[in-house]
Amino acid sequence: MKRLVPLTIAIVAGFTLIIAYFFPIAQQWSDNVQEWFKILAVGAMVLGGGNLIKLHLKKVSAKRKGWGYSMVTIVCFFGVLIVGFLKVGTPPNTNYPDYVWSGYYLQEGSGVWWIYLHMIVPLTSMMFAMLAFYVATAAFRAFRAKNIEATLLLVTAGIVLLGRTYAGVWLFDAWLPESMLWLRFDNLTEWIMNAPNTAGNRAIMIGIALGTVATSLRILLGVDRSYLGQD
Amino acid sequence: MTSNLGIAVAVSMMCGVSALGQEWCASHSPMPPSNLVATDAPDDDGKAIELSWDVSPSDVFSQKYAGTRAPDPGIDVVNYVILRKVEATSSDEEVSPEQSQWIVVSEPSAGDNKWTDRSAERNWTYSYRIMAADAQGDQSPWAQTAETVVARLQIFNMSRAWLAIFTILFTGFVVYFINRARSGKKIWVRKIAGLKAIDEAVGRATEMGRPVLFVLGIQDISEIQTIAGLTVLSRVARTAAEYGAQIEVPTCRSLVMAAARETVEAAYLAAGAPDAYQPDRIHYLTDEQFAFVAGVTGYMVREEPAACIYMGGFYAESLILAETGNHIGAIQVAGTAMPSQLPFFVASCDYTLIGEEFFAASAYLSDDPLQIGSLKGQDWGKFLSVYLLIIGIFLATVISWGNYDEGFFVNSRDFIKNNLLGVEGFWPAPGDVELGDDS
Repeated sequence: MKRLVPLTIAIVAGFTLIIAYFFPIAQQWSDNVQEWFKILAVGAMVLGGGNLIKLHLKKVSAKRKGWGYSMVTIVCFFGVLIVGFLKVGTPPNTNYPDYVWSGYYLQEGSGVWWIYLHMIVPLTSMMFAMLAFYVATAAFRAFRAKNIEATLLLVTAGIVLLGRTYAGVWLFDAWLPESMLWLRFDNLTEWIMNAPNTAGNRAIMIGIALGTVATSLRILLGVDRSYLGQD
Repeated sequence: MTSNLGIAVAVSMMCGVSALGQEWCASHSPMPPSNLVATDAPDDDGKAIELSWDVSPSDVFSQKYAGTRAPDPGIDVVNYVILRKVEATSSDEEVSPEQSQWIVVSEPSAGDNKWTDRSAERNWTYSYRIMAADAQGDQSPWAQTAETVVARLQIFNMSRAWLAIFTILFTGFVVYFINRARSGKKIWVRKIAGLKAIDEAVGRATEMGRPVLFVLGIQDISEIQTIAGLTVLSRVARTAAEYGAQIEVPTCRSLVMAAARETVEAAYLAAGAPDAYQPDRIHYLTDEQFAFVAGVTGYMVREEPAACIYMGGFYAESLILAETGNHIGAIQVAGTAMPSQLPFFVASCDYTLIGEEFFAASAYLSDDPLQIGSLKGQDWGKFLSVYLLIIGIFLATVISWGNYDEGFFVNSRDFIKNNLLGVEGFWPAPGDVELGDDS
C-alpha cells in the first residue's frame, strides 16, 4: 500500500502531463497537477527546514566536531527568519501608509533585501569566482598529453583558446597567404565549434532525449519502482 | 471614420515626409498603428487570441521606422494600448453592459508588433482596438480589427503530430522489448565501465572506513534526472548496506530528501541490514545553489569520503564538487544529462556516465530483465533517429551539390526539417511545397 499510492499518483500525474502536451483540452488538468506539486513543495520546505535545524541542534548539544559551524547556521537561519517575518526595516506600502506591515518584505531598503544584497550576493559571487581556479586545475589535468585522445584534446583546446582571442588573428596575419587564411586560429575555432563540437553535442542530446523518454516510460509503466522505497 | 482616416495617414505618411504628416506631428500626439489583425491562437485550449499590427510611423523604437527622423519626445511612441470588448459569450446569454465596455488588456512596449491575449474565454467572441501613446500620455486615434474573433479550442495539437507518432512508435519499441524480456528471451547489454566502478568505490570506502558521498544534483523531484539519480542511489545504498559502509546524502530540495530517505531505507531493508540505516545521514542543506555547494564541499574537506558519486542534474557547481573530490583523493563517479557540465565531470572524475548511460544506469544496475528490455527499445529509437539523420544528410548534400532551389529534394528536406522534426504540423500547408528555401 505504501508503494501503491505513490505509484498511482506518479502514473496518473505523468500520463496527465503527457496527454495535456498533445491535447490542449487537458491543459487545465496539467495546470492542476503542477499546482499540486507546488503546494507539496511548499509543505516540504517546512520539512526541510525542520530537518536542518534538528540536525544542527543535535550537533551543537553533543558538541560534535565542527559544532561551531552548526551554531553559525542556526543563528543565521533564525536571524533571517525573524527579519523576514517581522519585516524589519520594510517601509509600509505607499497605498496603505497607515499599516506598518503592508510593505513587501523584499523591497529596497528592507532587512531581508539588505541581507540578500550585502551577504548572500557576495557569498554566492565568491563561490562562483572560485570556479575560475577549479577550471585551471581541471584543465591542467585534462590537457596532459598522456595518450592520443588527450593530445588531441590539448591541441583542440589550444586552438580554441587562442582563436577566441586576437592572438588567433595576429599570429598568422602577417605571413599566411590569402589562400591559406582558413588556417588562422579564429577560422579553425569557428569550424571546430560549428562542425565537430555541434555534431558531438547533438549526438549526446539525441541520446539524452531517448533516455529521458525510456526512463519516463519505465516509471509510468511501473517497471522501475526503486525510487519509491519499501512496501 | 476617424480611425480609418488615422490608419490611412499612418500607413501612407510620416512626420517630415509630407505636409499632412507634418501637420499631424504638430498636433503633438503620435500617429496611430494600423492593420490590426486578431486570430484565434492555433493548437491551444481556446483561451488565447493572437494580435498583430503595423507599428505607428511615430514609433522610432521599431525596426521599421528606426532612424527615419530625429527623436521627438513630444510624439515618439513609448507604448501601445490594447483594448478588448466582448461581442458574444459562449452561451446564448446577452452580453452584460460591463462586458460590452472597452477595457485595457495590455500595454505593449514601443517597437512591439504582436501580442497574445491569454485571458480570453473559450468560444467567446471579441473585438480589439489599439492606440499608440507618447511619454505625455497623448494617445493616437485607435485602429480596430476589421472582423471579430472567436477563441476556439483545438482538440489535438497538430504542431506536435509527428512528435506524437514518434512517441507512440518509441513506446511500442519499449513495450515490445519489455514483453520479450518477460517471455524469457536473453537480451545482451554492453558493459558500462562507470557502473562497474560504483561497486569498487563503495568497497574501497568500506576498507578505508570512510563514508560514501552521494549527491543527487540540485534539481527537484519533478525532474527526471533526479528520479534517475534516485534509482542509482537505491543500488549504491544496497551495496553500502551489504558492505557495511556509511552513505551520506546531502540534498538541495526537501522533497528529494524525503524520497532519498525512503529509497535508502528500502535498500538497507532489502540488504538485510535495517538497523544500520541512519536517516540523519540523508539530510537537507539548502535550496540555494552555491550555499549547497559550500555545505557539501565543507563536508568533503572535513570528513574526506573515500567515494563521491554525483548522479542528477548539475549546473555550475559540478566542477567545484568534482575538483574538491579530486583534491581529497576520492574515487569519483558522475552521471548527468547536462551536456554543458559533462566536460567538467570528464576532466575531474574517474568515471562519467554520459547522457543516455546515466538513464540506462538504473535499468543496468537492477539486473531486472524487464528494465533491460526497455534499454533495447531505447536502442531501436536510436536506430530510427540515425536513419532520419542519414536521410537528412543525404538530402542536404544533394541540394548543396546540385545547387537546387526547389523540387523533390528541397521539398523532402523541408518536410523533414519543418514537419517531421519541426512544429509546422503533419503535412506542409498548401503553397509551402513550391517554396524551396536553401538558406
